[in-house]
Amino acid sequence: MTLPRVRACGWVAAAKAAQRRHQAEGAGGPRCPAPRSQRASLYIHWPYCEKRCGYCNFNKYIPRGVEEAAVRSCLVTEAQTLLLLSGVRRVESVFFGGGTPSLASPHTVAAVLEAVAQAAYLPADAEVTLEANPTSSAGSRLAAFGTVGVNRLSIGLQSLDDAELQLLGRTHSASDALRTLAEARHLFPGRVSVDLMLGLPAQQVGPWLGQLQELLCHCDDHVSLYQLSLERGTALFAQVQQGALPAPDPELAAEMYQKGRVVLREAGFRQYEVSNFARNGALSTHNWNYWQCGQYLGVGPGAHGRFLPQGAGGHTREARIQTLEPDNWMKEVKLFGHGTRKRVPLGELELLEEVLVMGLRTDLGITHQHWQQFEPQLTLWDVFGTSKEVKELLEQGLLLLDHRGLRCSWEGLAVLDSLLLTLLPQLQEAWQQRISTLVPRG
Amino acid sequence: MWVLAVRGWRRGRALVRWAPGAVCLGLPWPRCAATRGAAAEPWALARLYSSGDRKEKIDMSRFPVENIRNFSIIAHVDHGKSTLADRLLELTGTIDKTKNNKQVLDKLQVERERGITVKAQTASLFYNCEGKQYLLNLIDTPGHVDFSYEVSRSLSACQGVLLVVDANEGIQAQTVANFFLAFEAQLSVIPVINKIDLKNADPERVEKQIEKAFDIPSDECIKISAKLGTNVESVLQAVIERIPPPKAHCKNPLRALVFDSTFDQYRGVIANIALFDGVVSKGDKIVSAHTQKIYEVNEVGALNPNEQPTHKLYAGQVGYLIAGMKDVTEAQIGDTLYLHKQPVEPLPGFKSAKPMVFAGMYPIDQSEYNNLKSAIEKLTLNDSSVTVYRDTSLALGAGWRLGFLGLLHMEVFNQRLEQEYNASVILTTPTVPYKAVLSSAKLIKEYREKEITIINPAQFPDKSKVTEYLEPVVLGTIITPDEYTAKIMMLCQARRGVQKNMMYIDQNRVMLKYLFPLNEIVVDFYDSLKSLSSGYASFDYEDAGYQTAELVKMDILLNGNIVEELVTVVHKDKAHSVGKVICERLKDSLPRQLFEIAIQAAIGSKIIARETVKAYRKNVLAKCYGGDITRKMKLLRRQAEGKKKLRKVGNIEVPKDAFIKVLKTQPDK
Repeated sequence: MTLPRVRACGWVAAAKAAQRRHQAEGAGGPRCPAPRSQRASLYIHWPYCEKRCGYCNFNKYIPRGVEEAAVRSCLVTEAQTLLLLSGVRRVESVFFGGGTPSLASPHTVAAVLEAVAQAAYLPADAEVTLEANPTSSAGSRLAAFGTVGVNRLSIGLQSLDDAELQLLGRTHSASDALRTLAEARHLFPGRVSVDLMLGLPAQQVGPWLGQLQELLCHCDDHVSLYQLSLERGTALFAQVQQGALPAPDPELAAEMYQKGRVVLREAGFRQYEVSNFARNGALSTHNWNYWQCGQYLGVGPGAHGRFLPQGAGGHTREARIQTLEPDNWMKEVKLFGHGTRKRVPLGELELLEEVLVMGLRTDLGITHQHWQQFEPQLTLWDVFGTSKEVKELLEQGLLLLDHRGLRCSWEGLAVLDSLLLTLLPQLQEAWQQRISTLVPRG
Repeated sequence: MWVLAVRGWRRGRALVRWAPGAVCLGLPWPRCAATRGAAAEPWALARLYSSGDRKEKIDMSRFPVENIRNFSIIAHVDHGKSTLADRLLELTGTIDKTKNNKQVLDKLQVERERGITVKAQTASLFYNCEGKQYLLNLIDTPGHVDFSYEVSRSLSACQGVLLVVDANEGIQAQTVANFFLAFEAQLSVIPVINKIDLKNADPERVEKQIEKAFDIPSDECIKISAKLGTNVESVLQAVIERIPPPKAHCKNPLRALVFDSTFDQYRGVIANIALFDGVVSKGDKIVSAHTQKIYEVNEVGALNPNEQPTHKLYAGQVGYLIAGMKDVTEAQIGDTLYLHKQPVEPLPGFKSAKPMVFAGMYPIDQSEYNNLKSAIEKLTLNDSSVTVYRDTSLALGAGWRLGFLGLLHMEVFNQRLEQEYNASVILTTPTVPYKAVLSSAKLIKEYREKEITIINPAQFPDKSKVTEYLEPVVLGTIITPDEYTAKIMMLCQARRGVQKNMMYIDQNRVMLKYLFPLNEIVVDFYDSLKSLSSGYASFDYEDAGYQTAELVKMDILLNGNIVEELVTVVHKDKAHSVGKVICERLKDSLPRQLFEIAIQAAIGSKIIARETVKAYRKNVLAKCYGGDITRKMKLLRRQAEGKKKLRKVGNIEVPKDAFIKVLKTQPDK
């Protein structure tokens, strides 16, 4: 690394101090007044895993040996290039996802963070999350990640039942998971999240609630509940297809979800998003940024980004995908400084659709102020206030439209995708009407 | 090229004419033969035309009535009818022996599966026997009783038939059905046991079956191998010896039977005719007894098997006639033609094609409507027995209600649409034409008749206005090895069949006769029969009129609202099971919504079946991983787009797919 050592250490020390201040503030609060186009989150994809999990269809690879120095250098280069292209001045959060990024060396994480801090302003208290798997995360390694600037851990615990862990193809046991969790909490107090899956084949509601209760005795201030979705191409999908495993029962999954939400609420957690629960204000700022349709840069093989390439003279936000396969991605990064494979400009309507779809996933929903940032002319009332079908949803108590904005009710959040099938066409129609009234004037 | 031309003689004539590469389109056969290339040997022609001038017309007066034999070949599927016909054509020099005529390979898939000839064809064979020149007219028939009317018209132009039976498989259901058609027409029947070269051939057993089932002495059977040509010559001998010449008189005024017609886009309708009396030649003014329209004859000729113009056709002969008819409905099968101002008594037995099975046909995508329309028009040009009504379904859009002679006819039509016109269609579950005898004076006045035919369930009159309902019935013949008899009888009973007869045709083969409501066999009876008899049982049926039936109209309701597309007329005893199946199919195909959906089948106000689609309790994607929301947005946009096309029944959104799954013809589960 060519970075001056002093500067790097300086950022890490400041980050350490800020970590302690940060906890009480929480996410979703007032942001820095810098223009939106100059702010972004950063997602770093580490594409390697030790072993293939039975449910996962992500872009990941099981390598025989990783040339980590080469990957590191490419991650650094691509982060620098994309920061330059985007004209982003302030990075608000960094998320190392994968794959299994806790398999990467802390040195690699450090190098990326240093590069970011050099190319843009990375506030000392910015959230820096690392996804960690229980087995790959011995306490000393986790501590090393902390030393280089990681200040939040997301642990892929998935289940506290050894048979289920085996079914999922995980390499850890329930006791591994709890031990890792305890170590993580010790190292990153108040800054540890755990994932718990629901709706596995043959899983029953009672035992699953038992797992959740047990988890509540050990967990920190952030829990994510994910329903298993069977993805084509995974081992689990094949097993269900062949009849070796029963298909997950959506009714049971729905019941687990509903009961799980209640249990977590009673334990003092706020469900701030469809799958995410936090107490003591420990919301994930990085994910919050996705739901608020803030900009984010995606670095690494197959990473997704959404930003305005201002540094390259762009005027429209783009959806970008990096090259999937790590070796090809590296070749491209070495040649061009980045491995962007696909750039799709987002139209105004498309962006609004994303604002709607993502925003409604949160408990705050879409506030009038938030909507106005993206669409100053058509208000939420203009778009949704007159529709008969929307009115039905409001009357059914699934949706709320009031002085605060548009949001799901407790019941509505669980069936958001059905609500969107009414809301999206309504938005499209309102947009078309706006366009047609604009044309004669213009 | 050659394959097309030869294939055309039996069933592909229309195909040949449409094929852009076929040089000999519509040309008389001799010239066409010349285009076959240097390898073709014109020896057959040389025999016909000693002068060597191929354009010279045949003088049909050379064949007096006593030297003419008109006959058909009838057989069960794959018993060797086509192969025998080929051998006869070769033996008489009508087609080239050096070519291997594997027409079996060219058959449509449904034809092979079900054993039918879509389009009957005819060929005149010239055969010299003991110094006499004979004219043997082989009148091919559609092989299936769906087309029994056409078969009976073809047979009425004959005096005898060759009944071909496979020496291995023995008598099958279609053999029986065909035999009785010939028997009723009082034709001479020559039993021909084919495939005696097969390893498992047992011609003696088949002889006994023929004796038992048809009362024909076993020594009358001719044992041949059409494939190898063994003993085929003696078939020709038998045709001359055992089939009488037609009873016809050249002195009488013209009386000609139309037994088939095809459409040629350049020459109009080509009618195949059999002359019962008189003579016809170019320039004659003729009249259709059915339409009373007058035409001038442009061309007459023999079929060799392609059209070969002649100066005249004489009583007892078979050939074709072109007379400026624009549409096949102008030359309906069974019609009688006579000379203008010399009216004759029309030949008996004429009736217009009567559709027995109806089905809705819709383009999968409405943008395909016009293409499908033109494809249907082209196919019906050659098949006047398909009736076409325009129809519109709220769910499936604009389409047609088509009437077919039978289920097979429908399948062939559909398959030809797909294969020849590349059209994919939604074909709804077939229904049969029910009848109602009205009691309400008001309705009788409205319909102007007492007995009405109900094609569309929406027109089903209420019981209070009706004396009785009637349903079409058929007499089915099943032939099976006796080990399957019990299972088959249970199947027949489940289909409301009434046993009429049961006999052993040999040691272990049983022939069953059942009277079935047509509705019970139109959907999947044949497949069920085949599967429970490991493919050994054969089935055929013939029209048996109408019988009283307790019919009811069944509604399908979604949360209390009637779904108009799904109104069905069913027999009272079947209402529960049919209603249950529809409800189950709907349950499987209706997407869950934000509220519970009750799916009910009801007769009047009585609910007879119910299923429930539960409300969504959870429908939200767990996670938008790593910021990949593109996929999610795409999915949502597609679903939202699809939602716009949904039909609303009450407040329930029903996708087109759900209707298709319920309405479409489906194999048994």
